[in-house]
Amino acid sequence: MTRECKSVRSAYGKTLVELGKINKDIVVLDADLSCSTQTKMFAKEFPQRFFNVGIAEQDLMTTAAGLACTGKIPFVSTFAMFATGRAWEQIRNTICYSNLNVKIAATHGGITVGEDGASHQSLEDISLMRSIPNMLIIVPADEKETIEAVKFAASHYGPVYIRIARTNLPDIFDDNYKFDYKKAKIINSGNDITLISNGETLVETMDCAKILSDKGIKAEVIHAPVVKPIDCETIINSARKTNKVVTIENHSVIGGLGSAVCELLSENYPVKVHRIGINDEFGQSGNAKELLIHYGLDAASLAQKIIGILK
Amino acid sequence: MTNTLQEAEIKTLKEVSKKLRREVLMMIHNAKSGHPGGSLSAIDILNVLFTKCMKHYPECEKNSDYKNRDRFILSKGHASAALYAIMAHCGYFSEEELLTFRKLGSRLQGHPCCNKLKGIEVSTGSLGQGLSIGCGMALGLRLDNINSKVYVYMGDGEIEEGSVWEAAMNASHNNLNNIIAFVDRNKLQIDGSTETVKSVGNVKAKFEAFGWNALEIDGHNFNQIYDAVNTAKQSNKPFVIIADTIKGKGVSFMENNANWHGKAPNDDELKSALEELK
Repeated sequence: MTRECKSVRSAYGKTLVELGKINKDIVVLDADLSCSTQTKMFAKEFPQRFFNVGIAEQDLMTTAAGLACTGKIPFVSTFAMFATGRAWEQIRNTICYSNLNVKIAATHGGITVGEDGASHQSLEDISLMRSIPNMLIIVPADEKETIEAVKFAASHYGPVYIRIARTNLPDIFDDNYKFDYKKAKIINSGNDITLISNGETLVETMDCAKILSDKGIKAEVIHAPVVKPIDCETIINSARKTNKVVTIENHSVIGGLGSAVCELLSENYPVKVHRIGINDEFGQSGNAKELLIHYGLDAASLAQKIIGILK
Repeated sequence: MTNTLQEAEIKTLKEVSKKLRREVLMMIHNAKSGHPGGSLSAIDILNVLFTKCMKHYPECEKNSDYKNRDRFILSKGHASAALYAIMAHCGYFSEEELLTFRKLGSRLQGHPCCNKLKGIEVSTGSLGQGLSIGCGMALGLRLDNINSKVYVYMGDGEIEEGSVWEAAMNASHNNLNNIIAFVDRNKLQIDGSTETVKSVGNVKAKFEAFGWNALEIDGHNFNQIYDAVNTAKQSNKPFVIIADTIKGKGVSFMENNANWHGKAPNDDELKSALEELK
């Protein structure tokens, strides 16, 4: 299946420029990756409000914190690995503990980082961010949603983590799409099984649901772009209906969307939950599509696994 | 503002420093925990900064000039007792509240928390982050054409943190001459002498190599502190004041003794310390 795919990173860069034009308090910081993260667009348009701190992610986060202390709205970008790993404690102790208005928009999360291999494939970023109080986490699934999530982050007070996909993604949502951080979206209804996903794996999950549908299995697909605070109601209602839940994410099965769903269902409506993601292991080099297939996150592999679960 | 302190001013500073030291000891004694050594080494500098050098407003947002205040970041957050004592002295809150230090429900957390206590610019406690926060504040103030200074108070053990040097590069790269940093060079950290644990060496030369102006002073000499800050205010580069201090200053049995880094005095020790600080 070939579809037109769009660069969500480029959409991020353009949205920053758009926001920068209407709000002079928007500032952008990067750590020597402004070409990859596309913050270079903002740098070109607003050089006075762009700060490249060099290869120094700890300084990146705390400088952003200081800017937020003076009323600025900093968007901070680098790769997810270095944003959430290298500078975790700066995010925890300075940004989140002080509840500062810093937006961390990290690219290169998940296995789809590709050829760079395990050292750069952040499979833990959602887990690391989810454990910090005050942090709101968004994993958008296409260009439109990325744009709306970035705009939302600029207008919402407090720390926000947005995982910007490295890969180009097909459109899922149309121009009428509205971002509501309190709501997960039911992409299609079904009674047989609930599939919950977000980010780059949403499109695979939707395609998987089509494969299942052809085999007479009606899957309910839920998109949970906001992993924290997660929309409990939509997920519990679906679990009540299907009694079988599968989570699908481009992240470790430990600590991410799968864990969030398990936590809320085990306390509210215990049903069996299967977590599909990267098992407790490091990734490896390869192109993004090959890696998705290798780790069983493409539509065909997902369908096969889910049929197995339903047996 | 003249560049020399009058005799009467020095007399007052001395009296206030003594009072602050007594309060620090009573707070830590009452809490049965805290950090007397590094609080006492910081007292004289905080005293001069808050009473003679900084433009600040204990009434916070109620003052219409609040956004133009100088910013103070206690990067060595464990010296919180010293910061709370000088803040109470300046009228941020009542001196009675000092005895809630480190108690459940208190605004005076073990390490400063900006969401609990007004006047704290940013929460600190984890070492090595304040200078970088200061860089961000300095950049933000510059963007807004606000001509105030950002004061960052660090410990000498703290500069073992690599993030301090990331920030030092940031400050000089962006020519942040609105930053005035202090290194409280009391030469001791928890495990002993800084030179034994991990030599911080020539701090002045290190900062100069990173593109800063630097000055070494006696951190317990009011005139030297005052002069250094006035010099720093005129600097064309980020400025660091390396203050030679005595850990535990003012209490003979605590002075230059790493064991008093993070230990509360018992009843008898408090009594004898207060006697020395009469």
